[in-house]
Amino acid sequence: MTTERDYDKLLTVALDKAMPYDWSIGLHGSMFFQEIRENQRFVGIRCPQCKKVYVPPRRVCGPCYTEMDELVPLSDTGTLRAFSVVNYPFIDPNTGGQRPVPYTYGYIQMDGADNIFSHIINETDVSKIEVGMRLKAVFKPKEEMQGHITDIIHFDIIS
Amino acid sequence: MAQKVAIVGTGQTDHKSHRPDVTGQEMIREAVDRALEDCGITIRDIDAIVIGNMDHFESINYVDNWSIEGSGGFMKPIMKVTTGGTTGASVAIAAYYHVASGMFDRVLAIGWEKNSESDTTGAIITCSDPIWDRFSYSGAIPSLATEATAYMKQYGATQEDAARVAVRDRNNALNNPHAHLQRPITLEDVMSSPMLAHPIKLLDVCPRTDGACAVVFAADGEAQRLAKQPAWVHATAVRHTYSWFGDSTDYDAGLVSLARASQEAYKKAGISNPAEELDVAELYLPYTYAGIKWIEDLNFCGRGEGAKFVRDGNTNMDGMIPVNPSGGVISTNCIGATALLRVAEASIQVMGKGGKRQLPKVNKALATGFGGCFWSDVMILGAERS
Ligand SMILES: [Zn+2]
Repeated sequence: MTTERDYDKLLTVALDKAMPYDWSIGLHGSMFFQEIRENQRFVGIRCPQCKKVYVPPRRVCGPCYTEMDELVPLSDTGTLRAFSVVNYPFIDPNTGGQRPVPYTYGYIQMDGADNIFSHIINETDVSKIEVGMRLKAVFKPKEEMQGHITDIIHFDIIS
Repeated sequence: MAQKVAIVGTGQTDHKSHRPDVTGQEMIREAVDRALEDCGITIRDIDAIVIGNMDHFESINYVDNWSIEGSGGFMKPIMKVTTGGTTGASVAIAAYYHVASGMFDRVLAIGWEKNSESDTTGAIITCSDPIWDRFSYSGAIPSLATEATAYMKQYGATQEDAARVAVRDRNNALNNPHAHLQRPITLEDVMSSPMLAHPIKLLDVCPRTDGACAVVFAADGEAQRLAKQPAWVHATAVRHTYSWFGDSTDYDAGLVSLARASQEAYKKAGISNPAEELDVAELYLPYTYAGIKWIEDLNFCGRGEGAKFVRDGNTNMDGMIPVNPSGGVISTNCIGATALLRVAEASIQVMGKGGKRQLPKVNKALATGFGGCFWSDVMILGAERS
């Protein structure tokens, strides 16, 4: 991995329905998705000032307002810090379609990171989910990955 | 600051889930006319206007311009301030700055929302980062629900503990002729209502309301002329986190933005024991769990003690620190106006104009605003010109 400005590595999110928006993922975010595609592994970034490790990696530590460039390999496991099972229907503004409910949305502290990563947990039975549970990311097959958050399908409860 | 500032008049619309009888501009005018009437002035006396609503809600851009016939702002200086859930409090604080700076003497603050004409959840989701957070995020209710699950795990609070907040606020609303929901509820009603996003049930959370609120801020000298008992601004404070959801919710530290903003406001207002020194609090509590958790961040009680503090009656109308005599956000939620309603209701209590919801003697009142990425606004009002 490198932090040099290599434009071949920069990705753009494309949605499955036509929308008048394109968003740049940025250098560090692009590296995050490249690392997932190549090694099925999370990567974070460390702030030189407060030493916090952030995932996904981004350029600036907000609280310190400091540029970051030290990438830190993380594992694909973490701990559930908070969750909710979403039961009500609504239109997803990114697709124009209805988000499939119920689904479980959770905040996961990836091992080795100081902040929290949000994603979907593959369990909608509230009696089977508890804050503190251990989770593991499930990835799409490498050839189907698009450099998108959905390259991580969801998280499974492992204990 | 260049001059002291007080609230001298407030106006709010009749709140309903649907107001097809008026356009957005006409609805705003209803609140503005009532605010002007409350302090006995006309729109000609207003020097400047600050207005806000929620981004993306009604799909109306340049709302400062669009709302002119409602705000009365023709050929006046107008500023639009739009900060998500805190919009109403930000509008109030900006109007306060306008007067405190010495540049204007009478400024109108306006917040409004026609939720019936909006896609609330879809619009709120656009506040999230499009690359990282938007895929799993589902708007206000589930993000608050995640906060609730973390709090329950940490302190052993139950769904019944939270439900007491809805019972308190919804029954207080029966005393407020402007409240949207005016049906008494019980603990059992809350517990048996449909689960929207675990652990938040239908009666744990605010409704969607059509409505507007307007508040008149006036300078020292002018304020005493316009109101028998002005509500003086003793302190304001604003704290924002940032839009990475995974960074802005520190579950161990509580609602940090509210803790920091209230600490600053207490310091400015010379308050060391808020639960004893404040006579009333109009809090932006969009869901019941906030009513037991965020009062800890406001330092009304210690960490993990919020549920007991509410259960013991300390926040009731006859308690140590009455919370939400108006019925609060759980009874009325026209989002861009919601935090301004907190400021208006706090000033109504100071001015002694609360009718059936009026507390006996209010010397100091607290109003708060809350917004999407866990940020907070605080305003403290007082009867004494300080
Ligand atoms: Zn830092």
